[in-house]
Amino acid sequence: MGVGIEVNSLNAWYGSNHTLLDISLHIPANEATALIGPSGCGKSTFVRCLNRMHETNPVAKVTGQVKVGGMDIYSDTSAVEVRRRIGMVFQRPNPFPTMSIYDNVASGLKLNGYRNRRILDDVVERSLKHAALWDEVKDDLKKKSGASLSGGQQQRLCIARALAVDPEVLLMDEPASALDPVSTAKIEDLIFQLKSQYTIVIVTHNMQQAARVAEKTGFFLNGKLIEFDSTHKIFTNPGDKRTEDYITGRFG
Amino acid sequence: MNLRIQEPRAPKNAEAALPVDGSVRVAVPAPVSQIRSYLQSRGNSSLADSTFRWLMLLCALSIFAIVALIATELVIHSQITLHKFGLKFFVGSAWDPVNDNFGALPFIYGTIMTSIVALIIAVPLAVGVAVFLTEMCPRAMRGGLSFLTELLAAIPSVVYGLWAIFVLVPLLRTYINPLLIKALGWTGLFVRPDFGIGMFAAGVILAIMILPIISSLTREVMSAVPHTQREAVLALGATRWEMIRMGVLRNARIGIVGSIILGLGRALGETMAVAMVIGSSPTISRSLLAPASTMASVIANEFAEASDDTYRSALIEIGLALFLVTIVVNIFARLLVWAVTRGAPARVS
Amino acid sequence: MSGATIPLRASAFNRQLRWFTDHLASVLAVGATLLVIAPLVAIFVDLVYKGAVSLNWNFFTKLPAPVGETGGGMANAIVGSGVLLGLASAIGVPVGIAAGIYLSEYGRGTKLSNLVRFTADVLNGVPSIVMGIAIYALIVVPEKTFSAFAGGVVLGIMMIPTVARTTEEMLLMVPHSIREAALGLGVPNWRSMLSITLKTALPGVITGCMLAFARVAGETAPLLFTALGNDFWSTSLNQPIEALPLQIYVYALSPYDEWHRLAWAGSLVLIALIVLAVALVRWVTTRGVLKGAN
Repeated sequence: MGVGIEVNSLNAWYGSNHTLLDISLHIPANEATALIGPSGCGKSTFVRCLNRMHETNPVAKVTGQVKVGGMDIYSDTSAVEVRRRIGMVFQRPNPFPTMSIYDNVASGLKLNGYRNRRILDDVVERSLKHAALWDEVKDDLKKKSGASLSGGQQQRLCIARALAVDPEVLLMDEPASALDPVSTAKIEDLIFQLKSQYTIVIVTHNMQQAARVAEKTGFFLNGKLIEFDSTHKIFTNPGDKRTEDYITGRFG
Repeated sequence: MNLRIQEPRAPKNAEAALPVDGSVRVAVPAPVSQIRSYLQSRGNSSLADSTFRWLMLLCALSIFAIVALIATELVIHSQITLHKFGLKFFVGSAWDPVNDNFGALPFIYGTIMTSIVALIIAVPLAVGVAVFLTEMCPRAMRGGLSFLTELLAAIPSVVYGLWAIFVLVPLLRTYINPLLIKALGWTGLFVRPDFGIGMFAAGVILAIMILPIISSLTREVMSAVPHTQREAVLALGATRWEMIRMGVLRNARIGIVGSIILGLGRALGETMAVAMVIGSSPTISRSLLAPASTMASVIANEFAEASDDTYRSALIEIGLALFLVTIVVNIFARLLVWAVTRGAPARVS
Repeated sequence: MSGATIPLRASAFNRQLRWFTDHLASVLAVGATLLVIAPLVAIFVDLVYKGAVSLNWNFFTKLPAPVGETGGGMANAIVGSGVLLGLASAIGVPVGIAAGIYLSEYGRGTKLSNLVRFTADVLNGVPSIVMGIAIYALIVVPEKTFSAFAGGVVLGIMMIPTVARTTEEMLLMVPHSIREAALGLGVPNWRSMLSITLKTALPGVITGCMLAFARVAGETAPLLFTALGNDFWSTSLNQPIEALPLQIYVYALSPYDEWHRLAWAGSLVLIALIVLAVALVRWVTTRGVLKGAN
C-alpha cells in the first residue's frame, strides 16, 4: 500500500543557484498527485529531492524535511534505502542495455542479492502485468534485450522495473514526454490502475494529462509552490492569478 | 517459507472514471511483502561502498607508486658510482670495467647521434604520410592505409632487430653505404671501414620504429585544425598544397613539434633493435658507419657480464639518466600536443 | 617601371611555379607513404618466407636442440611466454581497470585524476629496459634469483597505465541515464559500477586490455633482467623462464644458421598473435563498442 508524503520547508540548491524555495505540502497516500509548471520551475528538482537523487550531483544541496510514511528520509535513513522504498521513472526510458527483459525487471532485486528463482519469476510476471507489458513480451523474456523494445515499451519496462522492488511511492518525471500519443495513453491508463496500490507523484508538462489522472495538482513557478489543491479546483477555479495565467496558456 | 504475492487490486477495466465527487479511496494497510522486508534488511551498504571506493583509489594511486618505485630503486642501486664519480660520470669517455673506471659519454654520444639520424629520416616521411592520409588520400583507401601504418607500431622491437640484422644491414652495406661514402665522405660522417652495422644502421631502423608515433599524432593534430581554416585559404585561390601548408600545417605546427619530440622520446629508450645492429662498442667515432653503443643498448648488452658491484652500479646509473631524460622529454612533448588538441591526447602505445 | 605586361608575365610564371609545387607535393606525399609501407611489406614477406619454412610440429612441441642438431623447437619459449603473460594480465588487468574506474566514476574532473592520467601517459613513455632494471633491483636482488615471477611483475606493471586509460575512456562513454537508473533502484554504488556501468562498457574495456597485452607480449628488454631465459622446461614462478622474444633475441645474435631459422619462425608466431589482437581491436571498435547502449 502507498504512504503519504509530508514536505516541510524544503530548499534546494545547484551550486549557488537556489532552485527550490521553501516548499511545503502534503501528498496524500494512494492517490496520483500531478506537479505542473513551465520549464525550469523546479518541479523536476522537487521530485528528485523526494528520493534523494538530487544529492547525487556533487554541487547539490538540500535543507528541510521530507517525511515518507512518517519517516524522515534525510535524517532517519540512508539514500540507498530510501530509493528502494521510493521508485522513480525517468523522462527518457533507460533500460539496462546489456540485460534481457527479465533481468531488467528483476535487476532491483538481483543486484541487491536476491536469489530465489521462483519468487523472482513471480515478481517479474506480476510487475510486467502491472505495467501492462506482460502480454507483449511474455515469450521473449530472456531472449530479447531491454534496449530492443520500442520507446513506449521501454518506458513500461522501466515502470515494471521500478514496481518490482515493491516501493511505497512511485515518482514519475515526465514519463510520457518522449513517447508517441498511443504509448502516452497506455501509460496514463497505467497510472490509473496503479493508484490503488501506490502513491504516485507525476511531473508533467501536459495539463490535460494532469487533469486526466491526478486527484491533486501542484503548480510550481520559479522554484516556489504557488498553489496546491484538488485538480478540479486548479483547472476550473484557480486561486492565484499566476496559476490562471499558466492554465490558460499565457506563458510556458 | 510461504509467500503470498499480492494480486493487483486495481480494476482490470482501464476505463474506470476519475471520481467526480472528489472522494478519496481509503487505503487499507496490507501486510508488508516479503520483497519489502528483504530489501529493508539489506541495509545501506555504506561499508561496502567506502571499501570499494578506497580500493579503486588505491589502484589509481598505484601509478604514482610505480614511478616512485622506479626512481627509488634506480637511485639506491647506483649509489656506488654516484658517489665515486659524481657528475664527471657523464663527461668521462673511458669505459673500462677492468679498472673500474666508468664514463658514460660514449653512450650519450651514441644515443644522440642515432636519434638525430632517426629524426632526419623519420620526420619528413611521417609528415608526408600524415599529409597524404588526412588531405590527399581517397576516403576508401584511408582506413586500410592507416591500419597498415598502425601495424608498424605493433611489431616488437626484437623482430625489427632480427630483420635489421639479416635484411637491412646487408642492404645498407651493399647498396646504400657506398653511395653515402662517395657522396658525403668529405664530411667525415661516412668513411670506411664499413661493416653495415653501426650508428647509421641503428638510426635507420629507429626511424622505421618511431615513424608510426609521429605520423599518427601529426594526423591527429592536423584533423584538429577546423575546416574553416582550410576553406578560408582555398577561398583566396590557393592550390591544394598551399592550403595544406598555410591552412593546416601552420596551425598545427606546435602539435607537430610535440609529436616529433614524442618520437624522440621513443627513440631515446629503444633498446633491442638498436642493441642488435649498433655494434656494441664503447667508443666515440665521427663516422656514422662505425660501431658504437647507446645508453639503452649498453645496459642490455653488458648487464649479464657485469660481475662486480661497481660495474652494475655504473650501468644502473645510465638507466637512471635514461629514465630522467625520457620523462622530461615526454612531459614536454605531451604538454605541446595537449596545447593543440586541448585535452588528454589519445593513448600512444 | 610598371607596364601592364610585366605583372602579367610575372603572374604567369608564378602560376606555373605554384602548379608545379602543388604536384611535387602530391608526388612527395605519395612517395613518402610508399616508402613507409615498403619496410612493412618487406618485413612481413620475409617473416613468412623465412619463418614459415621452419614451422612444423617439432617447433611447437620440442625444446631447443643442442648446437648442430636439427629438429629443435621453441616449445618452452611459447609456454614460458604464456606463463609470463598470464601473470602479467593477472596483475595488470584488475589494477588497471580499477584505476580506470576511479578516474571515470569517482575522480572525474578532479585535480588528482588529471594528475594520474598525465602520469600514466608519461609512464607509457618510460623505456621498458628501465622498468626491467627497477624490478631487478626490487625482486631479483633480494630473492637472489631470476624468476618468472619478476618477469610477470614487470610486464604487469607495464600494462597498468594502458589498461587504466582505455578503461576510463570506455566508461566515460556509458550514458549517464543508465547510472541514474541503477541508483534510482536503490542499488549500492559499488554494485552499480560493476554490474551496470562496467558491464555496459565491457567490450571496449576488453579490447583495451588486449591492446596492452599485445604490447607486452613482444617486450624483450625487461625480461633480460627478470625472467632471464631458460633452456629447459620450466613453469615454476621462482625459476628463470624462457620467453618467445627472449629466445628470438638470443638466436638472432648467435652464429648458427639453424637458430637463425628458428628465430624467423618464432618471430612469425609472435607477430601472428599480435596482428590478431590488433585486428580484433579494430574490428570491435569500428563496429561500435556499446551495442544497444546508444
